[in-house]
Amino acid sequence: MIRYIIDRLMGAIPTFLVIITGAFFLMRLAPGGPFDDLADLPPEVLANINQAYNLDKPLLTQYVLFMKNAVTGNLGPSFSYQDYSVSELLAIGLPVSIKLGLTALTIAVIIGAIVGILAALRKNTAFDYTIMGAAMTGVAVPNFVIAPILMLIFGIYLKILPISGWNDGALNHMVLPVTALAIPKIAIIARLMRGNMLEILRSDYIRTARAKGMRESVVITRHALKAAILPLVSYLGPAIAAIMTGSVVIEMIFGLPGVGRYFVYGAINRDYPLVMGIVVFYATAIILLNLLVDILYGVLDPRVRQEKTP
Amino acid sequence: MIWTKKQRDKTQDLMQKSGDAGRSLMDDAIERFRRNKAAMGSVYVLIIITLLSVFIPMLWPHGIEDMSWEYISSPPSWGAFHLFGTDGNGRDLFVRVMYGGRVSLTIGVMTTVVALIIGVTYGTVAGYLGGRVDGFMMRIVDIMYAMPLLFLIILLVTVAGPNIYLVFLGIGAVEWLTMARIVRGQTMSVKRKEYVESAVAIGLTTPRIIRRYIVPNVIGPVIVFVTLLIPTNIIVESYLSFLGLGVQEPLTSWGLLISQGATQINTAPWLLVFPATFLAITMFCFNFIGDGLRDALDPRER
Repeated sequence: MIRYIIDRLMGAIPTFLVIITGAFFLMRLAPGGPFDDLADLPPEVLANINQAYNLDKPLLTQYVLFMKNAVTGNLGPSFSYQDYSVSELLAIGLPVSIKLGLTALTIAVIIGAIVGILAALRKNTAFDYTIMGAAMTGVAVPNFVIAPILMLIFGIYLKILPISGWNDGALNHMVLPVTALAIPKIAIIARLMRGNMLEILRSDYIRTARAKGMRESVVITRHALKAAILPLVSYLGPAIAAIMTGSVVIEMIFGLPGVGRYFVYGAINRDYPLVMGIVVFYATAIILLNLLVDILYGVLDPRVRQEKTP
Repeated sequence: MIWTKKQRDKTQDLMQKSGDAGRSLMDDAIERFRRNKAAMGSVYVLIIITLLSVFIPMLWPHGIEDMSWEYISSPPSWGAFHLFGTDGNGRDLFVRVMYGGRVSLTIGVMTTVVALIIGVTYGTVAGYLGGRVDGFMMRIVDIMYAMPLLFLIILLVTVAGPNIYLVFLGIGAVEWLTMARIVRGQTMSVKRKEYVESAVAIGLTTPRIIRRYIVPNVIGPVIVFVTLLIPTNIIVESYLSFLGLGVQEPLTSWGLLISQGATQINTAPWLLVFPATFLAITMFCFNFIGDGLRDALDPRER
């Protein structure tokens, strides 16, 4: 088991390095600098600015400096949000994004799993068709369409929920963004769970369990459910990544002060340190989460850790 | 397989029609697909949407940039041929939705082609060569898998500025990973087949074997994935356009129209409703076709 964990850890390190390096050089290849808007400044001032941000040094030196600082958690100052360092901006945005994302994911997993399993157990009934039809709609309609529609219905016609702002995560401010973020995930998880459950219900050991006269409720709760949950665990890694990126759009629509909004503004304003910082942070988070999911998977399913990892 | 009498009769009927000729697996698959009403319906709907988006912008009395001052933000009406109403600049929404469809569908297909070419090449080479090369190549895929892909595309698009061709390349360049994995898995099983062995024995070169023997035989699961990748890519493009990083005015796409509509949902809801409906219908169609193809190619699932 320890070997398995170490194996996974060693795999994560090159991933991490490649991501930082790639993001760094990609950002520097961009035409146009962050201070183009200030073009009418005297050249000496511009030179000073460039010096202050290390932009006058050779690219390789900048890269080494960046890596050195990044390891110690210093992601540099933001170019576009003056007086803020990237780490400070992350500290402001993250609690919002995490609260939003985790709430949405938790809701999506619970509802999606229950609904998917019920649909599988009532295969080819009206219930199944309704649920799967709804799930198909959830997959087909992207969340940036769902969000304005929710705003229109609950915020403007019914006037029961605020349509934008965060207000320190007040419950009524969270309902709409969380719903918009969760709906597509509920749909995907429900489809996934239904598929898993159907496949497992056809498998030999379920037939054996039924053949020895076990009650159907026990067959399902004790034998089938356990196996059906497994693929959901491995879906969680990518799902967390998707929720993070999906929240970029949701944060823009609802005007929430999360990391996603900083990312888009940073990208538009060519704020290298900010964009880089966010990419590095998210990549790290995703790698760590995937690692966690992998390990969890190994714990839950003995077949996985015995298999030699590629 | 337990057949109902009806199915057996139908099959016998079909066999007689085709002069008792042997039926290949592909014929079976096509026949199964034809019987899937949702999938066939989706094919027709998609054809209609495609034809509309190709021809309407040529034939419609309003151009996509024509502004009419009498009709600013007017709701749908038959009178002046503004079937879907007009936007804040008095431009006809119907023709813009159709034109947006052109752009969205083109991007969906083109990005998928890019992903298809990279993914199939990469996957077959890795799978066929095996060993260390395979290990290294798939490690790269693993590394890229761990990246937040949408962020990567945003990075790419920021770097080169909003450029429609770059959007093609950017999306295609990050969406090939799953394709490569699928193709590699298939290749590993195909390469042990006798016909590949015989091709090696008669001394064909590796690139030729991959092209002539491996690629055609791994394409089945790839087709299913392609029909599911096209809608994914249309959505990705919409995300980018929504954030202002994709298609730029005066060009338009469903994503851009939706993002413009979303800001005026209070005063002119039709600006959101129509492009969103078309996008959703297209998504439905591709998903039904994808599901139908999977069922047709893998009858075990039924």
